[in-house]
Amino acid sequence: MRVTRAWLTRGIAVQLFPCPWCGPRPEAEFHYGGDAGRQRPGRAVSDAQWAQYLHFRINRRGAAAELWLHSAGCGRWLELRRDTVTHAVIDSRPMTP
Amino acid sequence: MAGKGRYSGWRLLREGLRGQRGWQPAWADRNLQSEYEVVIIGGGGHGLATAYYLARTHGIRRVAVLEKGWIGGGNTGRNTTIIRSNYFHPQSAALYDLSLDLYAGLTRELNYNIMFSPRGMIEIAHSESDLETMARAANSMRINGIPIELLSREEACRLVPLLDPSPHTRWPVRGALLQRRAGVARHDAVAWGYARAADSLGVHIIQNCEVTGFTMAAGRLTGLETSRGSVRAERFGMAVAGNSSAVAALAGFELPLQSYTLQAMVSEPLKPCLGQVVSSSYNGTYVSQSDKGELVIGGNLDRCPSYAQRGSFHVTRSVIAPLLEMFPAFATLKLMRQWGGTVDASPDNSPIIGPTPIDGLYINCGWGTGGFKAIPAGGTLLAHLLATGSHHAVSAPFDLARFSRGDLIDEGHAGVAH
Repeated sequence: MRVTRAWLTRGIAVQLFPCPWCGPRPEAEFHYGGDAGRQRPGRAVSDAQWAQYLHFRINRRGAAAELWLHSAGCGRWLELRRDTVTHAVIDSRPMTP
Repeated sequence: MAGKGRYSGWRLLREGLRGQRGWQPAWADRNLQSEYEVVIIGGGGHGLATAYYLARTHGIRRVAVLEKGWIGGGNTGRNTTIIRSNYFHPQSAALYDLSLDLYAGLTRELNYNIMFSPRGMIEIAHSESDLETMARAANSMRINGIPIELLSREEACRLVPLLDPSPHTRWPVRGALLQRRAGVARHDAVAWGYARAADSLGVHIIQNCEVTGFTMAAGRLTGLETSRGSVRAERFGMAVAGNSSAVAALAGFELPLQSYTLQAMVSEPLKPCLGQVVSSSYNGTYVSQSDKGELVIGGNLDRCPSYAQRGSFHVTRSVIAPLLEMFPAFATLKLMRQWGGTVDASPDNSPIIGPTPIDGLYINCGWGTGGFKAIPAGGTLLAHLLATGSHHAVSAPFDLARFSRGDLIDEGHAGVAH
């Protein structure tokens, strides 16, 4: 796990996530936003389909595609591919609508 | 638990005089048979308790518990051992109070000392608005039939003398909520006690046995592929906590769960100094003192979805910082160990118990950060489902179907942390 010197000297070692706009930034600046690639259903939707969209998750063990918000940085959404077992970051890109 | 393997003071004396040569293994190491009536995936507390209640309450003894590692090696062996039932909603109160009642008699029932210690749990309020939220929660708990007491700052500080009474700290004590029946137990002993009692009733406990595939026939689950061979059964239960989504993916369905790391840590051992479980849902920290003297400390979830069973250091710091603000005397202590478990967080912070989209497969999951306290209830309820095919009255509100009904049981911000 890579750490930055600035955070180390404050006594905190954190993982860096690559923001497509800001470059590598501490994980604590980002907020998780669910699975990448989920389509919001249209207006004609059953209760079960709506629940599926609202509550159900892939929750992948291993390489996962996730949405993250760089909330304490540029405020933009990104897609992050990340291994949920090793925490290794694979890559990131701007979120596609 | 009956027969010659029964533990007692007399037995301890006798074995002591005979050089400790008469003890038998507490459960047998079995090979996987090709067929059972019920197979349970997951040899943690919930899975083992399910097997025990299937055998004892329902007389179903052709049962196997499959555990990919060693029994009780997941969240059952990684939690902070707190047992309480101070929940907001009536459905939750019924569930966790059932568990607390079963815990209170469990040492005797299993003939295994789980060291249940109902020492009381104190939830701290830090501001006027915290106190108002707490009073609302207390009223709800009383309506639910859970005895609960609201304490003033003076009463709380008298009960827990190491709390900083100053009103000028970052987390001052303004009052507290006390559940006297709450407490702690020896977590490993809960797994081992259920395993031994289930084994004595004929249940097979099979360790190092990972499920790798599901076998379907005519739309119904009929068997499992495992790392120790294939097995058939009439009905299947699943209690695998943080790995629920991963096992469900093998079977081809999704769950409304997200797996996160929950950390815990212990200090060096001390002389007895903390008589209760002390917790703050406002800063997320909770602490109790183990029988060995260590302070057992836990906090909030890590921020990244994870199956790593280890947490981030900045979260460790966010747990310790408010603890030291409330207990300045603990600042001189050294931490001995820190670890993490993978918990399955549900959207409403309530468990999921019931049938799955796969015919023949029943699930017990979604306990999030609070699974240990619910082990006896989770086992009772999943066993009831597996034996009868229908819900126990207590588990019915926690069915998976509540999400499409919009009938969530939101315990996320009910004024008490998990």
